[in-house]
Amino acid sequence: MLVVPAVVLLALVFVGPLLWFFIRSLAELGGPAEIASHAWAVVTSRAVLTALSTTNWISLLVTVLVLVISYPVAYYLATNQGWRFSAVLFCIVVPYFTSIIVRTYSWMVLLGRNGLVNQMLLKSGLIDEPLALLYTKTGVLIGMVYVLLPYMVLTLFAAMKTIDPSLMRAARGLGASGFHAFTRVYLPLSMHGVVSGSLIVYILAIGFFITPGLMGGPTDVMIAMLIERSVEITFDWGGAAVMSLLLLGATLVLYSIYYRLTDVRRMMGA
Amino acid sequence: MSDLAVGAGRGTIELRQLSKRYGKETVVDSVSTTIAAGEFFSLLGPSGSGKTTTLMMVAGFAEVDGGQILIDGVDIADVPPQRRGFGMVFQNYAIFPHLSVAENVAFPLRARKLPADQIVSRVRQALELVKLERYADRFSRELSGGQQQRVAIARAIVFQPNVVLMDEPLGALDKNLRFQMQVEIKEIQQRLGMTVVYVTHDQEEAMNMSDRIAIMNSGRIEQVGRPAEIYENPTSNFIARFLGEANLVPGTVEAIDAGVAALRTAGGLLLRARAQTTLRVGTAAHLFVRPERIEISAGHAAPGAIHADANVANGRLTQTSFLGNILRHAVEIEPGIAVTVDVQNSRADLFRSVDQPATLSWQTDDSVILER
Repeated sequence: MLVVPAVVLLALVFVGPLLWFFIRSLAELGGPAEIASHAWAVVTSRAVLTALSTTNWISLLVTVLVLVISYPVAYYLATNQGWRFSAVLFCIVVPYFTSIIVRTYSWMVLLGRNGLVNQMLLKSGLIDEPLALLYTKTGVLIGMVYVLLPYMVLTLFAAMKTIDPSLMRAARGLGASGFHAFTRVYLPLSMHGVVSGSLIVYILAIGFFITPGLMGGPTDVMIAMLIERSVEITFDWGGAAVMSLLLLGATLVLYSIYYRLTDVRRMMGA
Repeated sequence: MSDLAVGAGRGTIELRQLSKRYGKETVVDSVSTTIAAGEFFSLLGPSGSGKTTTLMMVAGFAEVDGGQILIDGVDIADVPPQRRGFGMVFQNYAIFPHLSVAENVAFPLRARKLPADQIVSRVRQALELVKLERYADRFSRELSGGQQQRVAIARAIVFQPNVVLMDEPLGALDKNLRFQMQVEIKEIQQRLGMTVVYVTHDQEEAMNMSDRIAIMNSGRIEQVGRPAEIYENPTSNFIARFLGEANLVPGTVEAIDAGVAALRTAGGLLLRARAQTTLRVGTAAHLFVRPERIEISAGHAAPGAIHADANVANGRLTQTSFLGNILRHAVEIEPGIAVTVDVQNSRADLFRSVDQPATLSWQTDDSVILER
């Protein structure tokens, strides 16, 4: 009973407008046959296919990078206490509460042609010419990895916290090297965190819009940016609706996988 | 696999002045003892006595702050846990939840990179030994506590270590199962001839299984010996009280002659017992005697009944507890001094009710006078 207000609110401000948007936009195109043919044309258009492939590649790359960076951080958090734990957690969580636009502009200051990073690299003599960090794929990756890092770290941390530390001790006591103990015990036991975290990061990444929009180059067009252009520039509301449905569908499929995985885990009592 | 095991010899363990400090607190205080190959050796003590820390230092999980650990004469200070070659059974079993029973048992063999066919046959043997052949494909969450314990034991012995370390392995099991597992662990240990260092706070467990017991108290070994030896001849009040039920009657040492001391209680009663070697005349002391060594009869003894080799005390029955196989009587022999007497339940009612006169007697040989 207590969830009724929340459900009503979500229905009113989220589900309702979304359905309204889809119905109105698609209705502009005409009957079902016209909608279908238009949708097919949109989905198979060069711009959309390129954007989908860019979205997928960037999201995959971001997911892998975030995972690689987050795993040791989460491990550190899971195996340390006291001020070390608090300090690292603080650094991870604070950006989480900061506006994404503020964070993205901060990166632009750092990564620009005359930004701090290039100035330092030039001064240290490591490079002779400033690197093109901003308005490239590199810029998009740096920005997105940074924004999505907390989701992965916290998911991995939650999974690692459930691993009984005596298991690693048992592994070593029974003759396993540190590497063997990690690959045979710790990694498999933290795997559900890796899968959940990767799904969350990938789901969030495919809908990214501000960071690639501000930090990316002209060729780094992701699907969410294409939707925005359709609405704002070409006034193609029907096309925008089709692409949105595509994105929503992908998100829901991935989310159902995520849900299934976490549910199975709960059933196993882990 | 022998190149991995440090103790490729026979499995003697020598602790020399072993110490461990956490901050200012000394949790293990120059512990020295030698454990023979093939011996079942228990570290027994209350929580916080340093027994687990001692075991963890032997295992390599706790750093040694002072002293040495020698396995077959070789100092293992610089050897990491995974190269010490000990079998280990942990308090909470530490069964790998993502691996089947068979894979758990195979773990130490895979870590040692044994050929696959050897792994299969050794795992089967180990599971047969702990009677879990039929559970090879199960996971730990599908097993009872006792079965999980068997998996942990199979995993600890599957690579045929000379030394197995066990940290309160039966602590989480219920009483009946615990006794059964004690017998089984002891059987396995004897069959395989391995050295076992066993940490427990359960004195019955230690007495039932051990060849020798070291009783630890505040970081030190207070006494080492065979179970019966310690039980009959505790060297301190702490040991007397810690191991089994004990009566400790306070008094002052009045005389010592040929190893027999006389203790005068506050109420004027004179009791004789074997004297602790360091005992001195005139000091405060306790007479120690086990409840089952005291004979009890109704009524008071006649004054002339006192025997040279026995102590006799008249008193008043204050309580009788029915413990099933035993009737436990409390008899007040002096104001404030109650002596516990255990009598086999033979269905003959000795006393109809409390508050009746009773006479206690016990052999001087069955009691010891200990420094307070």
